[in-house]
Amino acid sequence: MAETPVTAPLQPQKSAGGASGVDSADIQGLVRFGYKHYTEAVFLLLRVREARAARAWLAGASVTSAVEMKPLPDYALQVAVTSDGLRALGVSADIIDGFSQEFLDGMAGDPSRARRLGDEGPSDPKYWIWGGGDRVPHCAVLLYALPGGLEARRLAVEAQCAAGFDLLQRLGTTDMGGKEPFGFTDGISQPLLDWDLAQPASDRTQLEYANLSCLGEFLLGYPNEYGLYTPRPLLDPSRDAQGVLPRAAESPERADLGRNGSYLVFRQLRQDVSGFWRALDRYAGGNAGERDRLAAAMVGRTRTGQPIVDPSSVNLNDFTYGADPEGIRCPLGAHIRRANPRNADLPAGAPGILSRLIRTLGFDASARSRDLMSSTRYHRLLRRGREYGTAVSIDQALAGAATPAEVGLHFMCLNANLQRQFEFVQNAWIMSNRFNGLHDESDPLLGNRMPGPGATPSDGFSMPQSDGPAGRLTAVPQFVTVTGGAYFFLPGIRALRFLASA
Amino acid sequence: MTPQSQFTVVAPVRKDREPQLRQLLATMNSLPGLADPHNALVPFGEFATLHFARFALLDDPNQDDIEVYGVPQPNLPSYLAFIGDCDGPAHECLAQVVRRAAARLSEIFAHCADFDAGRDLLSWMVAHDLPIAASYVNWVGRTVLQIKEEGALQRALAAKVDRSAVTSGAAARQRRSELIDFVKNEIAAHRLSLTPPAPTPLRWQLAKLWNLAMGVLITLIALPVLLLFSPLLLVTLRRHETQDPEICPRPNAALLNELQNLEDFDVSNQYTAFGWAKPGPFRGALMTGVLAALQFICRHVSTRGFLGRVQSIHFARWVFIDGRRRLFFMSNYDGGHQAYMDDFINKVAFGLNLTFSSGVGWPHTEWLLAKGARREHLFKYFQRRHQLPTQVWYKAYPGLTLIDMERNARIRQGLEQEHPSDAEVLAWLKLL
Repeated sequence: MAETPVTAPLQPQKSAGGASGVDSADIQGLVRFGYKHYTEAVFLLLRVREARAARAWLAGASVTSAVEMKPLPDYALQVAVTSDGLRALGVSADIIDGFSQEFLDGMAGDPSRARRLGDEGPSDPKYWIWGGGDRVPHCAVLLYALPGGLEARRLAVEAQCAAGFDLLQRLGTTDMGGKEPFGFTDGISQPLLDWDLAQPASDRTQLEYANLSCLGEFLLGYPNEYGLYTPRPLLDPSRDAQGVLPRAAESPERADLGRNGSYLVFRQLRQDVSGFWRALDRYAGGNAGERDRLAAAMVGRTRTGQPIVDPSSVNLNDFTYGADPEGIRCPLGAHIRRANPRNADLPAGAPGILSRLIRTLGFDASARSRDLMSSTRYHRLLRRGREYGTAVSIDQALAGAATPAEVGLHFMCLNANLQRQFEFVQNAWIMSNRFNGLHDESDPLLGNRMPGPGATPSDGFSMPQSDGPAGRLTAVPQFVTVTGGAYFFLPGIRALRFLASA
Repeated sequence: MTPQSQFTVVAPVRKDREPQLRQLLATMNSLPGLADPHNALVPFGEFATLHFARFALLDDPNQDDIEVYGVPQPNLPSYLAFIGDCDGPAHECLAQVVRRAAARLSEIFAHCADFDAGRDLLSWMVAHDLPIAASYVNWVGRTVLQIKEEGALQRALAAKVDRSAVTSGAAARQRRSELIDFVKNEIAAHRLSLTPPAPTPLRWQLAKLWNLAMGVLITLIALPVLLLFSPLLLVTLRRHETQDPEICPRPNAALLNELQNLEDFDVSNQYTAFGWAKPGPFRGALMTGVLAALQFICRHVSTRGFLGRVQSIHFARWVFIDGRRRLFFMSNYDGGHQAYMDDFINKVAFGLNLTFSSGVGWPHTEWLLAKGARREHLFKYFQRRHQLPTQVWYKAYPGLTLIDMERNARIRQGLEQEHPSDAEVLAWLKLL
C-alpha cells in the first residue's frame, strides 16, 4: 500500500500519434501523471440511475488527457467504470465479455477472491462501506484541483452528474505533504514507463532488475513484458461504424476498445495510526530510537524514505536487495521488500554460460535459496493513491484518543493484467505468510493477522541478524482494515466516448 | 531411508450414478474440496504413511477437441480416480486403507462400471492401479512422520531460543547445548520425538541401480540413432509444430469459479488436468520418450527438493489412460494457482513445453522448447480449461510448505550434528 500521490518522473513528450505510436491525447492523464500539483482531490463513486442521461454526461465530460499542458489547467477530471457500470450503461454483453475475468467478477465478487486478497475478518467485503453487496459503484469520477479550486469544481460536476447518476459515496482526500498516515514518505517506488516504446516487443531473459516497464504492463493495446498483447475487447469494425475507436496494433482489422485504457484498482484502507505507534512503542519498551528502528524495519524505509538496505543511496528508488539475501539489513518481510522485491529473471551468479545453465536448471543451491519469488518485472503496479482523514502526529498517536481518528489511504493502482499484477502482488507477496521462505508472518503493515491453516499464526515479524537467531515480534496487531474497494476500467478517451454511445 | 511411492486407482464411472457419487464424495469434506481427515468414509488422517490423497472425477468437458484431427470422437467414459502419495510400498498403504475402510470404499467404488462387490476389494483396487508414466517426489526419503516430528521440533525450538545476539563462538555453542538439553528433556517427557530413519530397502536400491544402468545403456544406444536421424526428426517436428491446431479459448467463468472455490484453504493446493494426447506416431513416440526421460530424471537426479528451478511441487504424476490416447496430470504444490503458473512460465517453460506440447491444443512451440508456455495467456487459458475440480483433497500436514520442511530438516540435522564448526553453530541458530 502506502506510497502515493507523487508524480511519476515526467517522460519526454511525444506528439500525439507520432512515430512512437503513443497517442497521449487518447490516454487519461492519471496513467502518466500523479497530479502532485493538484493537492486537492475528491473521488465520486456513482451509480447509474438513468442510463441515457448517464451516457450523455460521459459522452461530453471534459476528461483530462495525458498531453502535457502549460500552464497547468485548474483541475483534472478522470473517469473509470466497473463491469457493473458497463452493464448499467447498457453496453452489450458480448463487448463486456471481452474484459478480463477479474474485472467482470469484481473485487468483492466471490469468497475465493476475498480469500486470495486477504479480505477476511474485519476486512471482509460484507463490512465494507462501499464496494460490497448492492454498494458496488458503477462509475468513479476522480477530480483533482489546484489548491483552493476543488470545492466549486466538485459542486459543478455533481450537478452535471445528477441527471444520470446517484452519488453512492463522496470520498474526500487530505494532502499530508507526501507522507502516508503512519508518517512515512510515500510514492517513492514507481515503475518508469517505456513511453517511447524503446524496448523491443520480444520475450527475452533479463538478468538485472530494471525499473523500466513495458508500456503494455499498464496500458492495454501495447506489448507487455512477454512481448505480447494482453487480451482485451477487440470488436468487429461493424460495431464501430463511426470509427471512434483506435484499431488494434496486432490485428488492424479489429477495433480496440482496450487501447490506451488500464485497469484501476481502488481500495479504501483505514489505518489505525494510534494502534501502529503504540504497538511499536510497546515492542520498543518506550525507547523512541528503538521504536523508529522497528518501524523502519517493518516498512523497509526510514520515515524520510531512505531504504534501510542502502542508507547511503541518493536516489531512493535505485537499489536492489542483491547484497542482502538474508535480510540482515532489510528484513525479508519488510513492506517495500514484499511489494517490490527488485529481483531479476534469474538469481545472480558467476558470469559465463555454464553458470547460467546450471542456475537455469536449478542445480545451484545458493541460487535456489534466492529463487523463492517470481521475477519482479511481471508484477509491477503504478500507484496513484491519496490519503484521507485527519493526519495524526506520532505524539498524538502515542497518546491515543477516545475515538480513533478516521484516517487512511485511498489506495489506487493501475495495471493491464489484474490477475498477474495487482492480485498476484496482493496474494503471493503481501498477504502470503510464506513469502520468500518466511513463515508465520504476512505484510507487517497490511497483514490481516488471521491464523493460517494448521493454526499457524500470521501475526509475527522477523528481523534476521548476522550474529544470532532472527529477532521476532509476535502478536502484531492489525493496523490496516479494508473498508471499500472495486476494480475499474480507466478507458482511453475515445473508448470512453464509444462506451457512452454504445 | 524410506522411499515414497504413489497409487493411482482409476475406474470408469457409471453415467447414471455420477450425481450420487459427487454427493457422496462431498460428504468427506470439511471445506469445499478439502477433506476432513476424520471423515466417515475414508479417515485419511489415520494412515500414518499417507502424505496426500484425492478423489477426482475425470470427466473431460473438452472431449470433442480431438475432432480437429478429423478423428471421430469415441465415446469414452468418465473415471473416478483415487490417488495417493505415501511412504513405503503403495500397495501396503492401500491395504491399510482397505483394512480400515473397506465397506465405505466399496460404497464409493460401487458407482464404478466394473466394480464387483463379490471380489476382494484390495485386489480390485490393485488391478485398477494405473502405471505412472512419470512421477515426481520432491524429496525422496522424507516421510510423513519425519515432517510432523521436525515441524514440532521447529516450533518448540523457535519458541525456546534466546534471540539476543551471541557474542562469541563459545556463547553460540553454549546456547546450542542448552537447546540440545531442552530437546532431550522434551523427548524424555514425550512432548517431542525424533524417530531415526529406517534402513533403505535393499530391493529398492538394487532396482534403482538397475534402472540407472538400463537408462544409461538405452541412452547410449538411442543417442547415435537420434543424432543420425536428427535432420529428419527436426523437420518432422517443425511440421507438426506449425500444423498442430492450437485450442486455447478463454475458459468459461463457471468452471473458473468452481476451481477457485476449491483453492487457497491451505498454503498448498491441488491441480488435476485431463486431455487428449496428439494422435499419430511422431507425437506418440515423442511423448513416450520425453516422459520416460522425465521419469529417469525424477528417479535419479531431481530427488532433493527441486525440479528445474521449481521448488514448490510436493508430488506430481503424468498418467496415460484409454490406450495412451488421453493423459492426466496431477500435482500438489505450494502457494496460489496464479503463482504456480507464473513460476512455471518464468522458470520452466521449456519443461512444460517438453512434457505437455504433445497434448491436443497446446499453444504453438518452437523447436520443442521455446514459445508454447511462454505465450502467457494462451498457456494460462489452456491449463485452466483442462483443469478439473478435485472433489476431495487431503494433505497430512496443513500449514507446512516444502521450504518449511527443508528448513525443519536442517534444524534437526544441525541438532544431531556431531562436531559443528562455530560458523555451523551460528548458521543453525539463525535457522530458528
